[in-house]
Amino acid sequence: MAQRFVMAIDQGTTSTRCIVFDSNARLVSVAQREHRRYSPRPGWVEQDAVEIWRNVDRIMPQALRDAGIGADQVVALGITNQRETFVVWDRHTGAPVGRAIVWEDIRTEELVAEMASRPGADEVRDRCGLPLATYFSAPSLRWLLDDVPDLRDRAERGDVLFGTMDTWLIWNLTGGVNGGLHVTDVTNASRTMLMNIMTQQWDPELLSFFDIPRRMLPEIRPTTEIHGRTTRVVPGIEIAAALGDQHAALFGQTCFAEGETKCTYGTGSFLLMNTGTKLIRSEHGLLTTIGYQLGGEPVTYALEGSIAVTGSLVQWFRDNLGLIHSAPEIETLARTVKDNGGCYIVPAFSGLFAPHWHSEARGLIVGLTSYITKGHLARAVLEATAWQTREVVDAMNADLGERAGVLRVDGGMTADHLLMQIIADVLDVSVMRPMVAETVSLGAAYAAGLAVGYWPDLAGLRRNWHLAARWTPQMDPRHRDEEYANWKRAVELTFGWATPRHTVDSGQF
Amino acid sequence: MPGPIQSIERAAAMLRLLARGSGHHGLAEIAAALGLAKGTAHGILRTLQRVEFVEQDQSTGRYRLGAALLHLGTSYLDANELRSRSINWADTLAARSGHEVRIGMHLDGAVLVVHHVFRPDDTMQTLGIGGMLPLHATALGKVLLAYDAGLLATIRRAELTSLTRRTIVRPSALERVLAEVRAAGWASEAEEYMPGEAGIAAPIRMPGGLVVGAIGISGAVDRICQTANRPRQALVDHVCHAAEAVSRSLATDN
Ligand SMILES: Nc1ncnc2c1ncn2[C@@H]1O[C@H](COP(=O)(O)OP(=O)(O)O)[C@@H](O)[C@H]1O
Ligand SMILES: [Mg+2]
Repeated sequence: MAQRFVMAIDQGTTSTRCIVFDSNARLVSVAQREHRRYSPRPGWVEQDAVEIWRNVDRIMPQALRDAGIGADQVVALGITNQRETFVVWDRHTGAPVGRAIVWEDIRTEELVAEMASRPGADEVRDRCGLPLATYFSAPSLRWLLDDVPDLRDRAERGDVLFGTMDTWLIWNLTGGVNGGLHVTDVTNASRTMLMNIMTQQWDPELLSFFDIPRRMLPEIRPTTEIHGRTTRVVPGIEIAAALGDQHAALFGQTCFAEGETKCTYGTGSFLLMNTGTKLIRSEHGLLTTIGYQLGGEPVTYALEGSIAVTGSLVQWFRDNLGLIHSAPEIETLARTVKDNGGCYIVPAFSGLFAPHWHSEARGLIVGLTSYITKGHLARAVLEATAWQTREVVDAMNADLGERAGVLRVDGGMTADHLLMQIIADVLDVSVMRPMVAETVSLGAAYAAGLAVGYWPDLAGLRRNWHLAARWTPQMDPRHRDEEYANWKRAVELTFGWATPRHTVDSGQF
Repeated sequence: MPGPIQSIERAAAMLRLLARGSGHHGLAEIAAALGLAKGTAHGILRTLQRVEFVEQDQSTGRYRLGAALLHLGTSYLDANELRSRSINWADTLAARSGHEVRIGMHLDGAVLVVHHVFRPDDTMQTLGIGGMLPLHATALGKVLLAYDAGLLATIRRAELTSLTRRTIVRPSALERVLAEVRAAGWASEAEEYMPGEAGIAAPIRMPGGLVVGAIGISGAVDRICQTANRPRQALVDHVCHAAEAVSRSLATDN
C-alpha cells in the first residue's frame, strides 16, 4: 500500500502555508505564500480574503507536487488560522463584502470605549472570557454592519455570512456557492466575543449586546471533527480538524496536561497554558480561552497572554523604515552593538494587549541620544519582544502562584538566535525549541490525524516531541532588574496617548 | 568554443547604461537605448532584479543599479537569513538521520556555525551556534573549500594543523579529497577533527549555483560510517536531500 500522509494549512497573519507530514511527524513538503496587508488609515489593518483563498489554491497542489504524492495518499487535512480576523461574504456569489478586518485593527477604539459604558458591559467578560477590546471580532463586525448600507438587512435575510478564516476556507473548499459548509470550531468561536465560554454556544446576551444577527454566524463544532471532503482545489481530501493557530501550537507542542505552556513567536506572540477542565479567570490581565475540544469530549481550557506586536515590529523596521532588507537581518544589525545603549521601543501599534489592555496607548521610542545607532534600535526591537513576554509570564505566575522553570517556544521568530537568548535572559528560565519549528501546522495535522485514527492517541504524539535547541539564562540578575524597571517606565509613558481627537482621520480635517 | 552569449552581453550593457547619467531609467527608455524589444528588455531586467543587481522604484516603476552591486565582494547571503530559510529542513534532517545537524558558512579562514539542531534523543546538549570549526578537518569545511578555489589558496599558504591522527595535513592529499568532493557532491570526515567522531556534509547553493554554505550531520563514527570509514549511503542521501531542499527554498522569493 502507498505511504499515507496528513496535510495542514496554516493561514497565518503574514503568510499561508501548506505542509505535508509523515506518520513520524516529519515534514515532507512545505509550500508558502505571503499575502498583502493593507493599512488604508492609521490603525486600520485589512487583508484580501480572495487573495488568501487564491494562495491556498496554489499552495495545496504545490505541496502535493513537491512531496511527490497524490491526493489519495492524504488521509486528512487540518486547518489552522490567524484568529479573530474575519470576512463577511455573499453566500450567493461568494464575493466578500469589503476586505477582511484583521485582529490588529483598532478602528473600533471609540466604539469599544462607548460600549464599555453601556448596560450589560460588565457581563461581557464573564460570558466570553475576554475583555472588551478592539482585538476581538465582535466590535469590528458591529462596525461593519453599521458602516455598509443594507448589510444588516442582508445578514438578517441570510444572504451574507460571517466567518473567521477557518470558516472562509472550509466554506470555499467544500463547494463555496455550491453547498459550501458554514462551520467553525470552538477555539475560533471563543475569539469572536460572541460565544459563551461555559456552554460553547453563541450567547444570546452577547449577540444582543453587540447587535449581531444570529443568522450570519456559522455552526460551532469541536476541534477534531470530520467536516466533509474538499470538492475544490484538490478534491477528495477529508477535512478533519480546524482550530486557531495558537491553539494548534499548544497542541503541536503536545501541551496536553494541565500546567503545560508554550509561547509562539510570529506576527504577534501568544503565551498559552493548558488549564485542563478548569476555567480560570485571570486577575492579572490574561484571557480565558478554549485550548481545544476533541470530538465528543468536554473542552480543555487555556489561559492566554496575547502580545499584539512582536514579529510585526521587525516587519515595520524592514518595510516602513527600510533599515533592513529581510526580517532575519534584524539579528545581524542588532549584533553590531553590545547592548541597547539606553534605548527602548514599546510597540503599542494596536494599543497594548496583555497584561495591560490599554487600547489608547501608542508606540514610542525612548532614551534617544546622539549615541544611538540603528544597531541599538535593532537591539531594542528584539528586546521589546522579550520584555513583553516577561510581562505576560509574570501575569501568569501571579494568577497561578507558581513559576514555571522552562518555556517551550515556536514560530517564525524562533529562528532568531539572539532573540531566543535574550528571552532566556530576561525570563531567567530555559527556552526550548522543539524539532518542528512549524508547530502550528503540526498541531493542525495532529488534530486531523487523530480524528481519522492516523495517530492512535495523545501519548503517541508526545513521543514525537524532541528538543532541537535550548537557550539558558546568562544575564546578571541586577542588570536584569534594572532593565526591567526601565522597560516598565517606558510602557507607562505610552498610556493615554491617543485621545479621541487623534483617532479621527487626519486626512479629512 | 561557443560564441558569446547574447543575453549576458545585453545584461552587461544594461548595467553600464544604468550606471550612467541620472541613474533612473524607465523600461521604454532602456529598451530604446539598447535597441531591444520591450519584452526582451523586461525579461533581462526582471532577472537582474532577481539577483539584486537592479532595483525598481516602487512608486515610479523606474530602474536603477541595485545595492548588491556595491557589495559584490562581501558576504552574499546574510548568515541569519540562511538560518531562517533552512530551519525547517535542518530540523527534518535531524529527525530523519537521528544525528545533530549544523549549517556552516565561511568566516575568516574557518567554518562559522550559523545553525545547530540537537540530536533528537533529548539528552543534554549545548547549542553550538556562533562556534568556529576548522575548514580542512570537517565535512562542512571541506564542502566550503571544494567550491571556493580562492579560499583553498589562502588555506594552502597557512599550515594545515593536525588535530587527530587522521587529520589531512598534506595539501596535495587535501586537494585530491576536494576533487572527490566535487565529483560526488558531498564530503565526509572520519575522526579527522575529533577521535571517535564523523560527519557528512553537502553544499547549499544560491540560484545560479554559487555555494554559500554547507549543511551536515555529525555523530559517533560507528553510527555515521559503515566500514573502512565510508559513510552510510542512507545518511548521505538524507544530507544531500536536505541540502537540495534548502537550496530550493533559497530560490523561492518570499
Ligand atoms: N530571524 C528573524 N528575526 C526576527 N523576526 C523574524 C525572523 N524571521 C521571521 N521573523 C518575523 O516572524 C514573523 C513571521 O513568523 P510566522 O510564525 O510565520 O508568523 P504568522 O504565523 O503570524 O504569520 C514576521 O513578522 C517576521 O518579521
Ligand atoms: Mg503562524
